[in-house]
Amino acid sequence: MDIEPRRWLPLIGLAALAAVPLIAALTDDPYLVTIFTRVVILALAAASLDFILGYGAMVSLGHAAFLGIGAYTVGILAHHHQSGAPLLEAVPWLTGTNAALISLPLAIAVAALCALLIGALSLRTRALHFIMITLAFAQMFFFLFIAMARYGGGDGMVMWQRNTLPLINTGDSVQFYYLCLAFLAGSVFLLRRIVAARFGRVLRGAAENERRMAALGFPVFRYRLAAFTLAGAIGGLAGALMANLETFVSPSLLHWSQSGELMVMVILGGLGSIYGPVLGATLFIMLEETLAAWTEHWMIILGPILILVVLYARRGLFGWLTWRRHG
Amino acid sequence: MAEALLCTRGLSRRFGAVQATDHVDLDVAAGTLHAVIGPNGAGKSTLIGQLAGEIATDAGRIVFAGDDITRLPVHRRAHAGLARSFQITSIFSGFSVRENVALAVQAHAGHSFRFWRRADRERGLNERAEAMLARVNLGDEAQRLAGELAHGQKRQLELAMALAGNPRLLLLDEPMAGMGAEEGARLAELLRSLRDEVTILLVEHDMDVVFSLSDQITVLIFGRVVITGTPEAIRASDEVQAAYLGEHAAC
Repeated sequence: MDIEPRRWLPLIGLAALAAVPLIAALTDDPYLVTIFTRVVILALAAASLDFILGYGAMVSLGHAAFLGIGAYTVGILAHHHQSGAPLLEAVPWLTGTNAALISLPLAIAVAALCALLIGALSLRTRALHFIMITLAFAQMFFFLFIAMARYGGGDGMVMWQRNTLPLINTGDSVQFYYLCLAFLAGSVFLLRRIVAARFGRVLRGAAENERRMAALGFPVFRYRLAAFTLAGAIGGLAGALMANLETFVSPSLLHWSQSGELMVMVILGGLGSIYGPVLGATLFIMLEETLAAWTEHWMIILGPILILVVLYARRGLFGWLTWRRHG
Repeated sequence: MAEALLCTRGLSRRFGAVQATDHVDLDVAAGTLHAVIGPNGAGKSTLIGQLAGEIATDAGRIVFAGDDITRLPVHRRAHAGLARSFQITSIFSGFSVRENVALAVQAHAGHSFRFWRRADRERGLNERAEAMLARVNLGDEAQRLAGELAHGQKRQLELAMALAGNPRLLLLDEPMAGMGAEEGARLAELLRSLRDEVTILLVEHDMDVVFSLSDQITVLIFGRVVITGTPEAIRASDEVQAAYLGEHAAC
């Protein structure tokens, strides 16, 4: 029998996440479902960051931009749906919408397009410059949304209700939770397939030795850009879900500290595993929830934990749990 | 004259005050092993860089298999049939030995925008990779981590990767560098056996290897071609004796 933890741990994780609403019902703590919806959505964003960071060595410090772009796509569509005003005054038939079947794909598409443009420019740089340029782009979007007074500026805007879906009542917190969990499970499965496929091998190769990759005949830039775009698209999906969870959209979603938190989740959980960041997001939010009850300076406790992980568990929590103790 | 597989005319590159290559004319005939020798700083590495496409060319042109490739990016040259090894061993140390070669095979097996099938179970890639490893006598090491190989084995692995795409020309940048006597002898034997399969442009310091394997030798000094000829002609040349070999022998 296969007893490799690498194989069963993700399944246990999925089962545990699936059991959250049940535990919430048993302990009569409905807030638990809301917390874990947050966990699941941030895990989705962190997993997409791990895809480019852990496999492609693209240290993007602006990943929250895509979260924000996805959220604002949903928020702006809902805003126009609520007011009845067309999206563009010149095109009166182009109205807002509250239908998730339109808003979610659109959020993904807009985030992907932005990622394509940002990536096309940023990926011409390396190392520290890449970190700085992705951060700069995220800040640009941050201030763009602050400047958009029509959509609430720095205060953000409220959605009257969640986007609607046929068959699923998104207003019900448990149904919405399972919807988010399905997106997470689907995305994690997809990303795991991709990193093991030819595309992922090229991505890993380029991270390790770019010069060699070019000499072998790979147009490395193209593969990196495709990966960056896919990560941005999934980030956009996470943002769209976050907007729906909170029924509120504000620039704080794409503040640079949000990008930093996503990176902390990835490193805490384990770089280059896709599963790790899910664990990292869970731990991060749990710590935040429990410690923030004592002190608002809960980062004082997270800090040392992060240092210990970086020093003693280079592959993060997931790497430590699945480390084979033999030989 | 037989059609040259690779030919350069007036190939030049300047770095600041240093003229690294200075109107280099080179003709590498198909099916031969052509060596480029010269003292340190003669411009050999710049020449290799220009041929591979990593170093931009100031003046002159490179014609490969009848096409002007002077401005072609590195990866397109690889697809045109130009493979190389690096002076400093350049492998993927975090990959298994087999995956290193499978990656090289993959580079020449269509595009890699494939997202679903597990690459490590692709028979076509693996079988070709194993064949290449067997060709360079690394068949038994396929499952090992590439970073764990001995220095000489890493060189063999580089050769396997270069051969994976069925190149028309192999650019070898000091393959013998840092080799022990025994390792070196094994690699020289391998190069000898490759001579019949692929055209090779060899940059090398080991004169025994150069003189015993080469069909043609070009001597480069201060970026300029001093002479090109058969090993016998080079040995007989007073110019080369004075400028290069004599100085070398004194060391």
